[in-house]
Amino acid sequence: MLEIEIDGKKLTVPTGSTVMDAANSIGVHIPHFCYHKKLSIAANCRMCLVQVEKAPKPLPACATPVTDGMKVYTHSDMAVKAQKGVMEFLLINHPLDCPICDQGGECQLQDLAVGYGQSGSRYEEEKRVVANKNLGPLISTDMTRCIHCSRCVRFTEEIAGYQELGMPGRGEHTEVMSFIGKTVNSEISGNVIDLCPVGALTSKPFRYSARTWELSRRKSVGAHDGLGANLVVQVKNNQVMRVLPLENEAINECWLSDRDRFSYEALNSAARLTQPMVKDGGQWKVVGWQEALELVATKLKGITASHGADSVAAIASPNSTLEELYLLRKSLAGLDIRNLEARTRLGDVRFETKAAGWLGQSIVDLAASESLLLIGSTLRKEQPLLAQRLRQSVKKGLKLALINPHDDELLCAVAGKLVVRPDQLVEGVLAVLKAAADITGKAVPADIDLAGVEVSTEARALAELIVAGEKKSLVLGNIALQHERAAELHAAAAALAEIAGATLGLLRDGANSVGADIVGFATNKDLITANKKAYVLLHSELADLKQGAKAAFEGAEFVVAMTSFADEARDYADVLLPVSPFSETSGTFVNMEGKPQSFNGVVRPLGETRPAWKVLRVLGNILGLNGFDYDSSEAVRGDVLNGDIAKVLDNTPAKAVAVKAQATAGLVRLAEVPLYETDALVRRAPSLQATVDAESAAQLRANAATLASFGLVAGGNACVQQGGASVTLAVAEDAGLPDQVVRVPFGRATLALGSGAIEVIKA
Amino acid sequence: MVTSNQAPTLSAESQAQIDRELAKYPADQRRSALMSALRIAQVEHRWLSNELIAVVADYVGVPPIAAMEVATFYNMFDRAPVGRHKITVCTNLPCALSGGYKAADYLKQKLGIGFNETTADGKFTLKEGECMGACGYAPVLLVNNHSMCNHMTPDAIDKKLAELE
Amino acid sequence: MTVYVKGVVFEGVDFDDPKHWGIEAYMARGGYTALKKILSTGMTQDEIIAEMKTSGLRGRGGAGFPTGLKWSFMPRSFPGQKYLVCNTDEGEPGTFKDLDIIVDNPHALIEGMIIGGFAMGITVGYNYIHGEVFEAYERFEAALEEARAAGFLGDNILGTSFCFQLHGHHGYGAYICGEETALLESLEGKKGQPRFKPPFPASFGLYGKPTTINNTETFASVPYIIREGGQKFLELGKPNNGGTKLFSVSGHVNRPGNYEIPLGTPFSELLEMCGGMRDGKKLKAVIPGGSSAPVLPADIMMQCTMDYDSISKAGSMLGSGAVIVMDETTCMVKALERLSYFYFEESCGQCTPCREGTGWLYRVVHRIEQGLGRPEDLDLLLSVGGNIAGRTICALGDAAVMPVQGMLKHFRSEFEHHIEHKQCLVPGF
Ligand SMILES: Cc1cc2nc3c(=O)[nH]c(=O)nc-3n(C[C@H](O)[C@H](O)[C@H](O)COP(=O)(O)O)c2cc1C
Ligand code: SF4
Ligand code: FES
Repeated sequence: MLEIEIDGKKLTVPTGSTVMDAANSIGVHIPHFCYHKKLSIAANCRMCLVQVEKAPKPLPACATPVTDGMKVYTHSDMAVKAQKGVMEFLLINHPLDCPICDQGGECQLQDLAVGYGQSGSRYEEEKRVVANKNLGPLISTDMTRCIHCSRCVRFTEEIAGYQELGMPGRGEHTEVMSFIGKTVNSEISGNVIDLCPVGALTSKPFRYSARTWELSRRKSVGAHDGLGANLVVQVKNNQVMRVLPLENEAINECWLSDRDRFSYEALNSAARLTQPMVKDGGQWKVVGWQEALELVATKLKGITASHGADSVAAIASPNSTLEELYLLRKSLAGLDIRNLEARTRLGDVRFETKAAGWLGQSIVDLAASESLLLIGSTLRKEQPLLAQRLRQSVKKGLKLALINPHDDELLCAVAGKLVVRPDQLVEGVLAVLKAAADITGKAVPADIDLAGVEVSTEARALAELIVAGEKKSLVLGNIALQHERAAELHAAAAALAEIAGATLGLLRDGANSVGADIVGFATNKDLITANKKAYVLLHSELADLKQGAKAAFEGAEFVVAMTSFADEARDYADVLLPVSPFSETSGTFVNMEGKPQSFNGVVRPLGETRPAWKVLRVLGNILGLNGFDYDSSEAVRGDVLNGDIAKVLDNTPAKAVAVKAQATAGLVRLAEVPLYETDALVRRAPSLQATVDAESAAQLRANAATLASFGLVAGGNACVQQGGASVTLAVAEDAGLPDQVVRVPFGRATLALGSGAIEVIKA
Repeated sequence: MVTSNQAPTLSAESQAQIDRELAKYPADQRRSALMSALRIAQVEHRWLSNELIAVVADYVGVPPIAAMEVATFYNMFDRAPVGRHKITVCTNLPCALSGGYKAADYLKQKLGIGFNETTADGKFTLKEGECMGACGYAPVLLVNNHSMCNHMTPDAIDKKLAELE
Repeated sequence: MTVYVKGVVFEGVDFDDPKHWGIEAYMARGGYTALKKILSTGMTQDEIIAEMKTSGLRGRGGAGFPTGLKWSFMPRSFPGQKYLVCNTDEGEPGTFKDLDIIVDNPHALIEGMIIGGFAMGITVGYNYIHGEVFEAYERFEAALEEARAAGFLGDNILGTSFCFQLHGHHGYGAYICGEETALLESLEGKKGQPRFKPPFPASFGLYGKPTTINNTETFASVPYIIREGGQKFLELGKPNNGGTKLFSVSGHVNRPGNYEIPLGTPFSELLEMCGGMRDGKKLKAVIPGGSSAPVLPADIMMQCTMDYDSISKAGSMLGSGAVIVMDETTCMVKALERLSYFYFEESCGQCTPCREGTGWLYRVVHRIEQGLGRPEDLDLLLSVGGNIAGRTICALGDAAVMPVQGMLKHFRSEFEHHIEHKQCLVPGF
């Protein structure tokens, strides 16, 4: 600990602190632009110059280490003169376009100029003009405003993991840009907008749509992945105009994924469903809520009466709130309907956890692991901010290892990896398990047959890594959980975790996957191929479900879609109920670490839209059920989460599953849900759909040898046939895939495809 | 923007030279050879197009924007086509005191071009340079980045220009 | 052709011999005996560093920091890799001495670096060579090959357990890379942008490892010091200003060139060695230590001796030893305009005061030179300069301001004349 005095206030700070750290700790504000607590120190803006006793020159607070007994003056003549001098330099080439600048009102330069600037300018030479750059559909540029703080550049390099922005040029000709002709493609790129202290980088979708002071700020929670990022939603005239991160160090830190940031565009989409509708003789007809819900009640009652309660199923998006799911369950339970599923992409009905499946620990704890074995995950796309956090952990010593069916860059050092065919993921885990059993001398459970499992050197290295040390984690990602042998992967991973003394975790895909498990939206039956007579859909659409869903719905007697959008479900539903997206309802998401986060609606529901929990409450009443007199979502929540949440979380496999290595050959498909195909909102956000990531959702990728074996060329087209259907996709090369693997994503472009044997021909 | 569907390549000789530079640095510090690699690529292709920069970045193993930063920071890299011979005249103060501007003026008049221009036949490009660390030998010219010419009086300039093909 | 007088770096070099730079000629004049002495007599690291301290050798790169002291800062027992770096970036206008060292006596530098490596327990070194002198870089690489072939470089030097690898690294045109931390960034393959200090290179240098950086001439002086003893070197100069030093004399003298003379030699003698003023013109002013040093008028300069203390007392700096001589025909406005352009052009652009301020300074001086100056411009220049100096990451900011301050201190009336009459007082260049 070191002693320091700042503006006469004495304090002690840990060794290694900077003057800026010390000042921040006692709430003394030192003006700055380039300094950012999450980025490396650049000390280039010089705005934070302060006077340090005995130093002949003012020193930058952000970069000056505290020495014992140091005395700092942040407002002395020397300090203020230096700060004013810097401010003058920053302003001489800065345009005076605050009135038309999107940053106006939240501009650090503008704010500080008020305190440190002068009224007139002494600079009478010509001002610099800098050409704007095209950084893609998300980030807009006004480069003349750039003050060269280099935050955005450091962000791409240090936080996003790959330098996409740079500062070519020298001296005053230095300009921030991406490589000529390239856009910024990071899945967390939008953070540079927040980092930019001036209006050089602003949000393209938001551009010119509102002035910041017209916006009201409301808290919410990210609705697209299991992280549960905390949000500030900015609203004008009852419309969501912009989404920003709300800092929460334990969850999203100060960042936001582009998915959470830009998906709001869908909230204002023309495709919104605004009135209840029923299909009447093949024609859609607008009806009142009462009429619609009565119809639903009658239909469900009728079908359960004639075909039994098992003939009805409810399928909900894992991004539905806890309250919605609970009331859906409760209302259907009144009709004895028990077929409930929110794990819409589960590949294996045998997969079952003892209680709700979760990360197995907090996000912070996971990141503090010594080693982490990630099985079957395209982490950067599945959980963009978790990938970012682990990247920082790797820099601090985390050994991150992978068993994956691809070799995608995590943009951080990887301590070991095993790349296998997607249908050999189980065998990959078994190999590591066998090696781990071998190293530790521990026995594997009887249901796991290790006969014929070959241990490669890579598998052995992974085993050594995961058995060593104290704090270890083993995590199954989306590819594993959506795998058709997910239950075997689960069993093998659990056994490996047990032998290695590692914590087993599941990376849940939805914003409320864990909550859905808690509510009981997990039936372990394939509700789609079972061709039920009636389906109740909550926020879920075809692209959220398994192939074949459309046929199942079309074949059903009755389908009610509780949805925010009118454009898809009208093809197969009989009743459309406009329910609120997350922005228009209060509710709760339980994130991957089992943390419930409740939020309020940030805008009024659009048109006749109603929060689904309210709709279901009315449905319960119409069905004549008891216990439906909730007056708030909090009251609903109280009924679900009424004890220690830890007790309802448990990743242990619920039943033993026989695991045995299987041989495979031939062409196999790796089908993942792409970054911007995850849910109804994301799929309708035009800016996200204009990204390079969105483009890849309609691509077939394979390694060069595999492409060649089918006569395919990158840039050409391929016709993919599977399950009796075919689609044409653009072809791209992916050197990280094993031979005879085609990466054909699961999304709208490939919805027609079934499962099983796959064929590829040149188109 | 340059549009050529044919990505430029590095000759085997250039690659061998780059490999020699790479060998000077620790295996995990390939980036250290980036400047040399760009120099070698520029010698082969005369100037650094965006495409060529990307090729060099790929060869060294750095993000293309990192190579772009380097290619635009050091002023001996040419980011636009230059003539067969690039002549850079030092006009910094010590040289100016001993005829730096006079040499430049003589060249301008003789070649009929100004600074940052190329003769119509594509033979010569004239550039103004900063101190080349040879002030005692002023006026100095640098020919094609790598050949320093001292005491460049008009006669010496005539002779030099005649030598250059 | 360069004119040399007498000094430790070029001692015994026969410039008429075309192979004077080669290893044979070097060894014939006593080269590599210092290294052999160390390796055969078992001279310890401490003894070498003590000898360096005794010599009073001050860094020849510009800052004049005592070399022995710098070497003693190197953490000798640091477990990982450490680096030794030579600064042959030499871009300071007026300076051209390091060029001659690597062209005419590269082995002195190589031997000096090997000894430095030994003294600080360093096994890998790089020499960063100025971009515009490619032929000199090739000469240095050739000398390295000779030294490797002779067993002075590489593994198990002269049969001992001492290993030292040395490589040349070629710059490509950026003055700022002479600043030692910019040089390190450049050596790492990045833009040459100086790092904020602390941490200093001795703890966080090349690739984040402890690193010692010295100027070419500094290293090239080492063999002499080890061979002949620090005391002898010290006595060549004067106290606190040990040894001889290379002065690069340019501008209006009859014989510009490098002069290696004892520190403390009167300027007037140096001027005489250079054959006096060109065309018999009158001396007007001298920039005594490279373009970053404040200019001194003739009368002050003629009173100075060429050493750190005397020049500093006169209000300037010995710097890198570049002596830019200007006669009565030189227009100081033009001279300053050209220098200001240089700093504007060479600012790395990283920190605000230098990026924005150097352009401002240049544009105002340029305006004055163009006859568009205003009386208040001179105070504006000083004020803007005051907002740059001492506020930047590296000393280029200060360097850009010093010529302005020096010129306005000693030649303000000439600037005022220029503003008033919209033309030069004297023709200039
Ligand atoms: C802008 C700037 C340019 C410099 N250029 C050089 C140079 O060209 N050569 C050099 O040796 N030192 C130069 N230096 C000084 C170096 O930073 C460093 O002090 C020196 O290399 C240390 O070596 P020495 O102790 O042997 O002098 C420069 C410093 C600054 C601030
Ligand atoms: S003072 Fe100039 S050269 Fe030095 S770091 Fe700052 S901008 Fe770069
Ligand atoms: S915040 Fe310290 S220099 Fe920018």
